Amino acid sequence: MTTDTTVIAPESGNGAARKERISHLIQQHGALMVLFALIVVGTFGFDSFATPENAASVVVASSFTAIIAIGMTFVIISGGIDLSVGSLFVLGGVLAAWGSQYGAVVALLLPLLACGAVGLAQGLLIARTGMAPFIVTLAGLLGVRGLMLAISDEGATTYLVRDRTFAALGQGEILGLTYPVYITIVLALLGMLLLQRTGFGQNVYAIGGNEQAAALMGVPVARTKVYVYLMSGLLAGLAGALNAARLSSGVTILGIGLELDVIAAVVIGGTLLTGGAGGLTGTIAGVLLLGVIQSLINQVGNLTSSFQQVVSGAFLALVVIAQRLLSKAQRL
Amino acid sequence: MGTTDGPAAGKAPDGLGPVLEARGISKRFPGVLALDRVSLALRPGEVHALVGENGAGKSTLIKVFTGVHRPDEGELRYRGEPASFATPLDAQRSGISTIYQEVNLVPMMSVARNLMLGREPRNRFGVIDAARMNAEAERVLAGYGVETDVRRPLRTLGIGAQQMVALARAVSIDAKVVIMDEPTSSLEPREVATLFGVIRRLREQDIAVIYVSHRLEELYQVCDRVTVLRDGRLAHTGDIHELERIQLISLMLGRDVGEVRSGGLTRFSRDRGRAVTAEPVVEARGLKRRHVLQDVSVSVRPGEVVGLGGLLGAGRSETAKAIIGALPLDSGQVIVAGSPLRRRTTAGAIKAGISLLPEDRKAEGIIPTLSVRENIALAALPALARAGVVSDARIDQVVDTFMKRLRIKASSPHQKVSELSGGNQQKVLLARWLAMQPKVLILDEPTRGIDVGAKAEVQALIDELAEAGLGVLLISSDLEELVEGSDRILVLRDGAVVGELSGDEVTEERIMASIAEHSSTNPEEADAHG
Repeated sequence: MTTDTTVIAPESGNGAARKERISHLIQQHGALMVLFALIVVGTFGFDSFATPENAASVVVASSFTAIIAIGMTFVIISGGIDLSVGSLFVLGGVLAAWGSQYGAVVALLLPLLACGAVGLAQGLLIARTGMAPFIVTLAGLLGVRGLMLAISDEGATTYLVRDRTFAALGQGEILGLTYPVYITIVLALLGMLLLQRTGFGQNVYAIGGNEQAAALMGVPVARTKVYVYLMSGLLAGLAGALNAARLSSGVTILGIGLELDVIAAVVIGGTLLTGGAGGLTGTIAGVLLLGVIQSLINQVGNLTSSFQQVVSGAFLALVVIAQRLLSKAQRL
Repeated sequence: MGTTDGPAAGKAPDGLGPVLEARGISKRFPGVLALDRVSLALRPGEVHALVGENGAGKSTLIKVFTGVHRPDEGELRYRGEPASFATPLDAQRSGISTIYQEVNLVPMMSVARNLMLGREPRNRFGVIDAARMNAEAERVLAGYGVETDVRRPLRTLGIGAQQMVALARAVSIDAKVVIMDEPTSSLEPREVATLFGVIRRLREQDIAVIYVSHRLEELYQVCDRVTVLRDGRLAHTGDIHELERIQLISLMLGRDVGEVRSGGLTRFSRDRGRAVTAEPVVEARGLKRRHVLQDVSVSVRPGEVVGLGGLLGAGRSETAKAIIGALPLDSGQVIVAGSPLRRRTTAGAIKAGISLLPEDRKAEGIIPTLSVRENIALAALPALARAGVVSDARIDQVVDTFMKRLRIKASSPHQKVSELSGGNQQKVLLARWLAMQPKVLILDEPTRGIDVGAKAEVQALIDELAEAGLGVLLISSDLEELVEGSDRILVLRDGAVVGELSGDEVTEERIMASIAEHSSTNPEEADAHG
């Protein structure tokens, strides 16, 4: 048997391969590059931008979005979407504040339990019945918001955080940064490990890339999807609880439309909305990028903060166009 | 060489019995008996060709083997014991791997991750060891002639290399049986040679291969035995080298060599052989597309029925699609009534007067939720409109005319098309295109899947239309229909025209002979290139 050593050369030559590698790099790290560029612009443009206080406030404010975005990254890579996270974030906050009268443990576990249950239910519906994630989680968004309004008397009742230990979880600081920032960092690192270096993470990519092929390759498709939505629900609840601890109350009006900010951050971070590609480094960069844009607009005194949404929206549109072009380039 | 990769421990075959066996398998679908008591025994280390035309039952049989379908009757035996696979995954875990025509991997993941998904090497913390995974993948793939950076996304490789990755994956999960469904349909000759090298190596390792292909010379080159299915039944099984090509073709098509019935089964009655001297109403010149069409030229004159003959996969439907502008071409030209189509779009072709009745009417034709009336009027709406507004009366008139003319059996024009029989659905589609008043009608398998009575009516209609001066391009796997319906026949093979028959030459034997004639490449010679 010496006839079978023919080398099948890859279709692309060296130049094409380099072009493809570069566009891949931009896709993965574009958000990070733009983030650096904006920081440089801000630093030279505004005296009050590159101060430790401002940096800390951007990072602290971004940490809650980032926690939710970690879950959302898994969901989107698996080819799905989770619209319920904004509502779950609020529900988590209200439940944590209400539960804090029974101590810090209840204040933390109650929102995780409730939001985890919603995430699990959504995951089961999506994975077992094949219903569209968009519809299932839209139902989740509406249902959970209704539930939250019911337990807070149409938003009239604001529960205050009664437990000092629990409040400290959101307010305590190390080196000028609150605990949630460190929690976010730990969660992001764990998420990266999970996504890149475990079978579960590989399965998430495979399902998003080609679900039918993944099933034939032995990937437990349904189970993986259930885990992904469960995780997203849990993280949204956790972010809500931490936010309640930071504010010392369960505010019911925050978090409306938060799911869209989170999805925007994930997509800006280079994760394909169609699934199968992306990562957490990009997501974190995407979250910070949105935070920095907001901060920069605050620096430009005469612009209202609503203008931030215009810029974020325009930026998102640019990113989606760029992704389209880049994935075309990668297809060669 | 070459035995180091592949199944972990090349286990000895379990005796000499078949590794996979179908015994009297029947499979029924609503309205069709897809498999009728079919038996097939696959021996360890043999390459077994599975051939047959459309609807012969090949894919159903493969789906029974791979756990997609469960047989209604009969027994499936695997490694000497009765077996029943619940899912494709179940079959795969037992050692039956399938390489599909479309590569079933994840294009955006890296080559290595695709190859190793589900069995990635771990380090001592239980975390995937990427370096070891990549090294392992490189080593395995080198054995399949694929040398590439395994960290690249799979989709950046050529189709041939992707297929090798799929094959490597299939074999490395300890397969006993590998089923290959048209593996060479998108491969370059060099890649085909590599594939054959790998297949021979599988044979040495006592892995059994089921090889499905329509390329006859490939079958003779790489297969040991052959099973021919026809209309869901076993037509033949035996050593492939004891069978002449022409015999194999006649087995596939269900026609005896040298003895062809001329029974009056079809309803074609038109006077054949009328000299058609007019200028061609449509002419396709030099249609070319890599792997699909190699320089196909066809012309149809008014009132002429031109048949396209050939085996499945020969490029007949592709020619039709190319003419209508639904298949992107590398080069070629379509001329309608003397003037070339400048922009090759389907809309342009329809406007110029070409209509195509597609092969798969469910997927490409009817809109089942709409009524008969709406389905007929759909394409003709712009033509019927005046200043963008279509009068209902006008539509009613057109619909009524065609329902009568084509004898469409529906309770009313407002009945949903999905409630009609297959034959009547086909007539609705035909009416849709006729309402456009085309110059040329392309019919791709117009009578497949419809009952005998409706079949005869459709055939009579084809005659009528041709008499009325329409040019017809007829594609049919039913040789009898093709021969009795056509004035002239072009025979295609592997995307090229290999014969043209007209007048007295239009016979079933001549069609089979011209398919066989041109597939007589010397296997040894082709082998030497490997």
